Amino acid sequence: MSTVHHSHGVPLIRIVKRTSLSRPHAWAIRVLAVILALVVCALLIYALTNLNPIRVYNSMFQGAFGTGKRTWVTLRDSMTLLCIAVGLAPAFKMRFWNIGAEGQVLVGGLVTAALMLYIGASFPTWLLLVLMFVCSAAAGAVWGLVPAVFKARWNTNETLFTLMMNYIAIQLTSYFVARWEHPFGSNTVGIIPRDGSKAGWLPNLLSEGFNKDFGWNIIIVLVITAAVFAYLKYSKHGYEIAVVGESENTARYAGISVGKVYMRTMLLSGAICGIAGFIAVSGASHTISVSTAGGRGFTAIIVAWLAKFNTFTMIIISLLLVFLEKGAIQIASEFNLNDYASQVITGIILFFIIGSEFFINYRLVFRGKGGHRA
Amino acid sequence: MSSLISLIQAAIVFGTVILFGSTGEILTEKSGNLNLGVPGIMYIGGIAGLATAFFYESHAAVPHGIVGLLLSLIVSFAAACVAGLIYSFLTITLRANQNVTGLTLSIFGSGVANLFGGSLNNMAGGVGQISVAVTSRAYRAYFPALAGLGPVGKIVFQYGFMVYLAIIVAIFITWFINRSRVGLNLRAVGESPATADAASINVTKYKYLATCLGAGISGLGGLYYTMDYIKGTWATDGTIEKLGWLAVALVIFASWKAVRGIWGAYLFGLLFWAYFYISGLTRASSELFKMLPYLVTIVVLIVVSLRKRRENQPPASLGLSYFREDR
Repeated sequence: MSTVHHSHGVPLIRIVKRTSLSRPHAWAIRVLAVILALVVCALLIYALTNLNPIRVYNSMFQGAFGTGKRTWVTLRDSMTLLCIAVGLAPAFKMRFWNIGAEGQVLVGGLVTAALMLYIGASFPTWLLLVLMFVCSAAAGAVWGLVPAVFKARWNTNETLFTLMMNYIAIQLTSYFVARWEHPFGSNTVGIIPRDGSKAGWLPNLLSEGFNKDFGWNIIIVLVITAAVFAYLKYSKHGYEIAVVGESENTARYAGISVGKVYMRTMLLSGAICGIAGFIAVSGASHTISVSTAGGRGFTAIIVAWLAKFNTFTMIIISLLLVFLEKGAIQIASEFNLNDYASQVITGIILFFIIGSEFFINYRLVFRGKGGHRA
Repeated sequence: MSSLISLIQAAIVFGTVILFGSTGEILTEKSGNLNLGVPGIMYIGGIAGLATAFFYESHAAVPHGIVGLLLSLIVSFAAACVAGLIYSFLTITLRANQNVTGLTLSIFGSGVANLFGGSLNNMAGGVGQISVAVTSRAYRAYFPALAGLGPVGKIVFQYGFMVYLAIIVAIFITWFINRSRVGLNLRAVGESPATADAASINVTKYKYLATCLGAGISGLGGLYYTMDYIKGTWATDGTIEKLGWLAVALVIFASWKAVRGIWGAYLFGLLFWAYFYISGLTRASSELFKMLPYLVTIVVLIVVSLRKRRENQPPASLGLSYFREDR
């Protein structure tokens, strides 16, 4: 509602929808929002630690990019987050609220871990990796498809259905963690495979061995990112997704089978999230736990939404968020706060970015100033 | 017999946490706002109450339980309202997407609570575990005379006052939404804000108030968890987050009726703790049992969508922001 203050029937401030806003202008608003958020965070950091915020931001930067190893880890984690966000993009573009990425990632990771544990020794590496890739995608796809079937058939609320599917996946993971526990009593699975063979680990791209660079993680995710971009923008399927997202009735009138589009798109969305689980297990943690997804399924929702379904914009936002996370973990350990400081900083910055969308879509008109831009 | 009693007790205590959460969320959702920030709000309610009690107990010469209780109750409710205010400002005034804002609030709330919870644990020194024994004892007080009335006394009376407060609030909210004039207006806002606006109901005011007060009630769930359930301590184990999502699930289970949420909450509690009382379960298979509340919610969700009874459906404008000029 636009009425802020009444005087002679004309409100002091009116809100008007912008017809169009140039892209640089829109980005200027977003950058401004991030800067404002960093100022607010700086004040908060100062209040908590009494330290010079500039110094704190410097050590944040050190935490994310201070050494070669840290830079690779930052890139690796950005890619996992990006992969999930890219997976969500088709679903969100169709206005299908897939809140279930967390679960889809977990089942993908679970299948990957199972393959590593049970058949890791008996397959050649390339075949094992392909098998894990395909199976994790299939597992994620199933997890995504179930709510879509019910949505297509009976219009069952997908937001809440996918949310519940997360917890089914979490309990399923807890079950297998308890079964695969190693060493006994630790309630963790430990590094797999057990024989130390590293069968099923994503290898280095630039050198021999493992865990030095994460080039393959980056390549896999960037290929998926480009593919989904093209799928959404240039394919017939992508067009149908856009129409369903704009208006279900229009889609039906145009002869699009809405239910089919729901199921097909969620199959794809879940599959990509499942692949993110494969990357998280085979390419990063080499173990499985209920925190393999680690809330990234939820963070990715925000990434996908803020990027307006443009998968290339998601690269920037994923990098920003992971940078913040790594930086905040660094300041937490350096200045004796705990890791949760990163969630607070992330939350504040997201609030500002979310809020800034308003000033991109609408403008304020003050009384007596007619058409002037506010 | 005694294990049955303790199962029922565990279920009721567990249910109370999510009953607060879901009652608040029902009030919020009736205004058309789907606030997925419930876990964050419960976190904020919990830590605000705990921190208040901690500072009161460490500064007062002779801390008194009732004073600590009142202070922490008020601060907890207020802090949760502020969390709701952040959500309201972003979604109502700035028309941000509700799901995204809610999820961000969950991240933020869990961060704030665990940051300060961890710091409080540090400040408490010694064993590194904060404890507000005096206030927590006041929260957990019950009448021994009533609780001594055999099994019934144990099942019905052996709880702190917030168990009964949760029931009273749920009944009151149901009455308020269904029977009062203001509640009727609120439902109109949630079903069709444009129609409500045309009938000169102040849509913005209703949405703000319902969301903030709803958040306040949800926050009490977090308070009950810290003060009673884990006896005035803090644990950064993410339990509140799980319970917060269960509260969201309970809203669906109760099909937006707070009274139905009462037995729903206790049923969730029974399902959640059932594994503990079934013999022969391994640690692994007990994890499968903990799936039950979520599976049941999914089944309810499907059944509700199958039957399409009008009174069981979510508010029609749920999840959408309202912009008068868009009509």
